[in-house]
Amino acid sequence: MSLSPLQLCLLFSSALFCVGLIGALSRSNTILVLLGIELMLNAANINFIAFWRFGPAPAAGTGVVFVLFSIAVAAAEAAVGLALVIAVYRHQKNIRLQEANRLKG
Amino acid sequence: MTLAFLAIAFVTVAAAAVAMALRNLIHSALLLVFNWAGIAAFYLWAGAEFVAFSQLMVYVGAVSMVVLFAVLLTQRSPQSFREQPDSISRVIGALLVGGAVLGVLFGAVLSSRLAPSAATATPTISVKELGSLLMGPHAAALLIVGVILTVTLIGAVIIASTDHAESGKDES
Amino acid sequence: MNLSVQYLWLIPALPLLAAGIGALTPRSGKAIAAGATIGAMGLAFVLSCGALVTALKDPAAHLVANFTWFELGHSAVRLGWLLDPLTALMCVMVTFVGLLIFIFSTGYMHEDANFTRFFCFLSLFAAAMLGILIANSLLLLFISWELVGLASYLLIGFWFHKPAAAAAAKKAFITTRIGDLGFLLGMLWLSDATGSLLFYDAGKGVLETSALTALVTQTTVGGLAVSTAIGLLLFCGAAGKSGQFPLHVWLPDAMEGPTPVSALIHAATMVAAGVFLIARVYPLMSADQAIATAPLHALSVVAAIGAITALLGAVIAVAQNDIKRILAFSTVSQLGYMMLALGVGSWVAAIFHLLTHAFFKALLFLAAGSVIHAAHHEQDIRQLGGLKGPLKVTFATFAIGMMALAGVPFVFSGFWSKEAILHAAHGWNVSHLPFYAGLVAVVLTAFYMTRLVAEAFFGQARSPASEHAHESPAVMTVPLVLLAICAVLLGFLGTPYWPWLQHTLDPKFHSEPGGGGLMVTSIVLVALGIGSGWAVYGRRLRAKASAPDPIEAKVPDLFAALAARLGFDELYAATVGRLNTFLADAADVFDRYIWDGAVRLLAGLGQFTGNVTRETDENLVNGGFDATSEQLKSTAKTYSRAQTGDTHGYLMLVALGFVLLVLAVMLGGTR
Repeated sequence: MSLSPLQLCLLFSSALFCVGLIGALSRSNTILVLLGIELMLNAANINFIAFWRFGPAPAAGTGVVFVLFSIAVAAAEAAVGLALVIAVYRHQKNIRLQEANRLKG
Repeated sequence: MTLAFLAIAFVTVAAAAVAMALRNLIHSALLLVFNWAGIAAFYLWAGAEFVAFSQLMVYVGAVSMVVLFAVLLTQRSPQSFREQPDSISRVIGALLVGGAVLGVLFGAVLSSRLAPSAATATPTISVKELGSLLMGPHAAALLIVGVILTVTLIGAVIIASTDHAESGKDES
Repeated sequence: MNLSVQYLWLIPALPLLAAGIGALTPRSGKAIAAGATIGAMGLAFVLSCGALVTALKDPAAHLVANFTWFELGHSAVRLGWLLDPLTALMCVMVTFVGLLIFIFSTGYMHEDANFTRFFCFLSLFAAAMLGILIANSLLLLFISWELVGLASYLLIGFWFHKPAAAAAAKKAFITTRIGDLGFLLGMLWLSDATGSLLFYDAGKGVLETSALTALVTQTTVGGLAVSTAIGLLLFCGAAGKSGQFPLHVWLPDAMEGPTPVSALIHAATMVAAGVFLIARVYPLMSADQAIATAPLHALSVVAAIGAITALLGAVIAVAQNDIKRILAFSTVSQLGYMMLALGVGSWVAAIFHLLTHAFFKALLFLAAGSVIHAAHHEQDIRQLGGLKGPLKVTFATFAIGMMALAGVPFVFSGFWSKEAILHAAHGWNVSHLPFYAGLVAVVLTAFYMTRLVAEAFFGQARSPASEHAHESPAVMTVPLVLLAICAVLLGFLGTPYWPWLQHTLDPKFHSEPGGGGLMVTSIVLVALGIGSGWAVYGRRLRAKASAPDPIEAKVPDLFAALAARLGFDELYAATVGRLNTFLADAADVFDRYIWDGAVRLLAGLGQFTGNVTRETDENLVNGGFDATSEQLKSTAKTYSRAQTGDTHGYLMLVALGFVLLVLAVMLGGTR
């Protein structure tokens, strides 16, 4: 079975996505959970580029533009997320995610 | 060509996997920087140079620094960046769920009708074209992103800043 | 064996690979790290020899291999490798000296806990320097240049737990960075003016005729030709890296690093980079010589700075007491010589001196390292003494290095290369001042080197450390002997009677007659220096460590000023440091009072509005809502049971839901 380059790229991004997902699910350190989510975002960006490069209508350049926006928003997300981590740390002196549950009902 | 892609993909995924498995937070963060650089290499391979440089600057340059700062600021003892071991049951659950998602995604990709398309010419997009795209059709989105970034900047500072009066009370 | 230019990148790539291996080796893997580093360097040496063979086939040719690094829109960034005799000779020198220094280091750093890290950095340092040498693009050269800066920072501050070492590393990094700013500006300007950064590119490179004529004919502020301005900016970078006045202050402090690092910095890698840069862009530097009416020639500045540095370094070296610091200032002085040679138009002489200097300075530093190792890390020459007996090999090799540096005639290499420089300076038709500065520095060099040898090796041991000195192991003395042999033999490649090196580097070179009288003069001056040094220090040997220096006893003020290095560090602290502090203070005041005031005013307004709204709110609106919210609250309590607060659980449910959805769609067949 021969795989087209597009399928290879998609497999690559799915693998990265799942690594991020497993990391986010299994680790208790909030920073690592955030990094896992960051990985999942990156995997999505890879899909955009892959479809832009090998997809049916590459000339539009939409994929590239979308990835640029996505990177900008991801940077914002990382900044806020890590600021939250620091704020949480200041309150409860650790950053274990399962202990940050004061908002539960 | 494909070989280069396979090498990049392997190194990137391996770096991510090891980063997620390591106990030492600093090592994890550094490996993730490596992983991001690998993704930038993928963009370069795919011909999206500008995105590759954005990725390098934003992730490898900026986000990595923020992450490292966060790691350093949230360690109580500077000697040890080691984590408590995570609970085994959750790790197993995570692996099961992640594996299920992986299986579904792989199945979907492999069974899809994305037939090997005829080798089309590599699409290129110059920085100039990209600029006119951003300032033309996508101008509204660009403005919104600008606002989001500003709000984020202010928000992050406010969330992370100490409340002087309150912390003073706590310490006294 | 030949090495074609396409594979030239292997030379820096091998040490880089070794650095990677060193970085990944755990601390206990000393043998792996050292073996990889030394093996890679040895292989790089063999390849460099192959490159030399290729380059010597046609010394006038500049073999290039250019390629496109990446394309950004319509413009492409191109890099390339360049192979000519200059590159090849420098590569051979760097790899050979580097190899010996690495071997020496295995003995010197044997007991250090961070042995593998040290070799990783050393290898990175050598790789970066080799990158500078083979670059055919100013951009690639700049990248390697900055890597050299980084590696030097890491190595000077290798013992970073010592505050002095950490400070010295920062000082070296920041001082060279000031020069690098000039380099960067010059590079940008050059790229803007010519549209290329490649040195040689089939007629389109920046060092080829068409670009140079364009650069010379344009003028900029003050009537300077553009080539002059760019040349001077590039020279800023070279002055920073090569420790030229006024940016020489970092070089002596760089002694805080381990001694093999000092040897590497002073001989093979870092300081040679600046001289090499000027030699590499020499066509650009000398382009403005064609216009006689130019207000300033770039090379004149180079010559003046070189002459000042040569003199300054030699004068300060006279009054230093630390064995490594004396050698450091002698490096400053010798680099001044090289710049002087470049400035007066004889880049061939500069490279000749660079090569010979690399060998005997590496020899001197490694021998000093051997002394320090033997004397239990005692570096003060007043505390040493009497080492001639126990350290026979070290003494013999150090003496050879000292005589090469001082320029003892006929046998030692330093004599011939220094002679070539003085000869060129004598023939400079602009001014004779640099020539006289060079002559004075010859006397001073011979004088302080005699002082160093007399104090450290003769007489009797003046401290317990030097009494119990023992000879270093063979892994340290064998490199010394090899270097000593080279320090003697290398001079014969470029004597006026058989100027092989000069012809190889520059096929247009022709030796000028009339060197005999000059040679006699400099022999007399060297004899004067050594004689006076021996008369002052050698005949009446220091009896105990606390006895004052003979010169100090005669003119204490002068000696103290020299010992304090003429106050350059204090001057910089008082001017640059102050200015920086002042600017920071001003910014602080501005922030604190002006911006803060505005923010506070706005905040006050906001608070006032808030108060007004609260009054209306509490009294008018609230009552009605209270009842509604009570009801909402009880409903919410019921629903909130689903909110467990377990973020992992939420995420897991999302993922599982995704899987189920996809399965439902795929198995259900409702596409």
